[in-house]
Amino acid sequence: MKVLVAVKRVIDYNVKVRVKPDNTGVDLTNVKMAMNPFCEIAVEEAVRLKEKGVATEIVVVSIGPKAAQEQIRTALALGADRGIHVETDEEIQSLAAAKLLKAVVDKEQPSLVILGKQSIDNDNNQTGQMLAALAGYPQGTFASEVSVDGDKVKVTREIDGGLMTVSLNLPAIVTTDLRLNEPRYASLPNIMKAKKKPLESTTPADLGVDVTPRLTTLKVEAPAQRQAGIKVADVAELVDKLKNEAKVI
Amino acid sequence: MKTLIDRQTLQFLVHDLLEVESLCERPAFVDHSPEIFQSVIDTAETIATKYFADHNAKADQNEPVFDGKKVTMIPEVKIAYEHYADAGFLGATFSAELGGMALPKLVNSAAQSYFLSANPSTVAYPFLTSAAAGVIEKFGSQEQKDRFLRPMLAGRYTGTMALTEPDVGSSLGDLRTSATPAKDGTYLIKGHKMYISGGDHELSENIVHLVLARIKGAPKGVKGISLFIVPKKPISEEAEVSLTDNDVVLAGLLHKMGYRGTTSTVLNFGENDRCVGYLLGEANHGLSYMFQMMNEARIGVGLGAAVMGYRGFLESLDYAKQRTQGRLPSNRNPDSPPVAIIQHADVKKMLLQQKCYSEGALALCLYASKLVDDLETHEDDKQRESASELLDLLTPIVKAWPSHYGPRANDLAIQVLAGAGYTKDYPLEQLYRDNRLNPIHEGTNGIQALDLTGRKLWQKGSQGLKELAMRVQATIDEAKACKPLAANANAVAGVLKDLQQTTFQLASVLQQKGPELALANASEYLDSFGGLVVGWLWLAQAVKAQALLDERKNGTMGQYSEAFLQGKIQACNFYMNTELPRLAAQLTHFNTFDDTALAMQEAWF
Repeated sequence: MKVLVAVKRVIDYNVKVRVKPDNTGVDLTNVKMAMNPFCEIAVEEAVRLKEKGVATEIVVVSIGPKAAQEQIRTALALGADRGIHVETDEEIQSLAAAKLLKAVVDKEQPSLVILGKQSIDNDNNQTGQMLAALAGYPQGTFASEVSVDGDKVKVTREIDGGLMTVSLNLPAIVTTDLRLNEPRYASLPNIMKAKKKPLESTTPADLGVDVTPRLTTLKVEAPAQRQAGIKVADVAELVDKLKNEAKVI
Repeated sequence: MKTLIDRQTLQFLVHDLLEVESLCERPAFVDHSPEIFQSVIDTAETIATKYFADHNAKADQNEPVFDGKKVTMIPEVKIAYEHYADAGFLGATFSAELGGMALPKLVNSAAQSYFLSANPSTVAYPFLTSAAAGVIEKFGSQEQKDRFLRPMLAGRYTGTMALTEPDVGSSLGDLRTSATPAKDGTYLIKGHKMYISGGDHELSENIVHLVLARIKGAPKGVKGISLFIVPKKPISEEAEVSLTDNDVVLAGLLHKMGYRGTTSTVLNFGENDRCVGYLLGEANHGLSYMFQMMNEARIGVGLGAAVMGYRGFLESLDYAKQRTQGRLPSNRNPDSPPVAIIQHADVKKMLLQQKCYSEGALALCLYASKLVDDLETHEDDKQRESASELLDLLTPIVKAWPSHYGPRANDLAIQVLAGAGYTKDYPLEQLYRDNRLNPIHEGTNGIQALDLTGRKLWQKGSQGLKELAMRVQATIDEAKACKPLAANANAVAGVLKDLQQTTFQLASVLQQKGPELALANASEYLDSFGGLVVGWLWLAQAVKAQALLDERKNGTMGQYSEAFLQGKIQACNFYMNTELPRLAAQLTHFNTFDDTALAMQEAWF
């Protein structure tokens, strides 16, 4: 069974994000970039499926600038077999990403596509769902457990009220939630092996996809600074403040 | 999450100052690439952050316990050890045939700096293992490699170096542990060893001790010392560990002020006359074999001291930005808000000193690591030779300078936090205690000073010194060509000249008046020498930073922020304006061959 995993290059989760002075976006100069944490979980799940003997090949795909190859190499060092880089310097919004992934799916014909539920830079939570719609595949989003059985995949989903388990016919789309697994790190021997694994490069034009943004970013602002708290003398004052100042009760 | 090492700082040293990319062109590293180097460093950061930093304080508060039978320690240490081994760091610099990664020493040191920042006492176990494995790789027989080295690199056995005895530390020529030849070619080892780090624990299936001992009838002094592999438990030819013991008994654990997670042991070898040892290499060559390991271990000590100094710098910098206190001297308005203490000149000065010491020491240790790569893998014979001569000369500096100024930086970091720094609520007091080991082990700093002035300076017709002077001069010339750095270049040139003259003088005093007087103030000489070398590396950093700043002006933004580059140049300015004049004065004093300390009599104390 072939598994396709999509990974995204994003600002590292440890980096303190700063908004550009002109409010057009986030300042990415001189900051550490890394694989989106949800994508790491997606790669890990695919590798575990391969270790169980369920998956036979893991193809990892990333869309972005030349540097996104670093994240593909990381995925290869974690256990993926080969990489596809869709190279573009354009801003790629969710729909464009989904269309590009659909083109890759058409070509690769995977039985299972695993994506992160969202990327930590834009937090859209859309690409997996859009890809499912475009490809006409069933989807199991926010997965906290995935098990493949014959031509079906059972996905336990994290939803507001608890857990929901769905059974999907393959081929299917799965998006990962935080508790699905704990990703491994790339060991030194695997980093060396990754260098020899194939990585092919393509472009949106090659795939016949128009990636022109459909949405315009008007303004990006940092959240308001949290105000210092105050100490209240007694419960009565607290209730009064909650009622009249915060107006929450 | 706390930053273990600032990314730009390490990147700048490894890529810009030391040009790690150039190593990929050498046949030895042709399978590597700059991306692989970065991935290795990234993995080190991940494991260090996740599995080492998590129990640094806990291991300090819960030191290992010996109940008379077994040593127990907090479980996190074993987990960390296993991750380190599983990721392949034990064999990072070993050849592919041995299952290693054949990485450059420079890349390995950069990766190690994350572990040392996260938890120096836990990483001591794998560090000692790799070091001991290195000696077996160089001098062991094929059979010894299969039996001991492979399981060590695989993480199954750990290693130690057992040199010191209760009465013999710096003066190894006097050691008494004996080795009696047995009929089967092995030796029976008998003696006591002390301060053996990692000498006992339950982290691995077995412990491989490298023991210095004297074969019965061997010449006296350093020429009669041999090196033996002595496993804690017997090992079959298939590297299977036996359940019986090899008569290596833990007499007790020592309780230290720092590095409390690392066991420091007193070991008795052969109390029942059945401790079997295997001779490594040739008889009576043990000390020179051990020094091969010691030289790299000394870079490791310097690196640890530098990184711990740097960790303290980051902690105190963070605190100084957050903590508000007082107003600037010119502001007399009590209603105005207090400023962050980083605004106060004295605090800035203490931060700058820490930056100069720790980043300078880090540059020095990484430079030395690159010299190891050069002497092992450079394609040009001449370059290999000059790297070897220069490294020999610099090794005492690389060990002693960082281990003197690293703790000094920690001292300043505590001072920045003041009362808070003195409490256990902040990691500085632990860093200070941990770092205090570094001037002591792997040859005290006093021994390093004697090694430099009595031996290393004069080796091979002082080629090392000539090579150093040439390299320093090349940087001076580069800096002179760059106007904003011309004054700094002149400052370094001045001290270089002073040092050369002093060295000349030292040679003649050594010859005419003997070593007692000539070497009486050797530590002053080492301090000045080290200070000059670090000053040179600061000048070289400033040259790179200035070039990158100029590129920014021309529109090439590069990967460093302007503030980062300005910081490098200002630190260089600070070093030249405050540290170098002190060195010049110290050299002047050294040059008088003052005998005040030498002439002091025991009874007068």
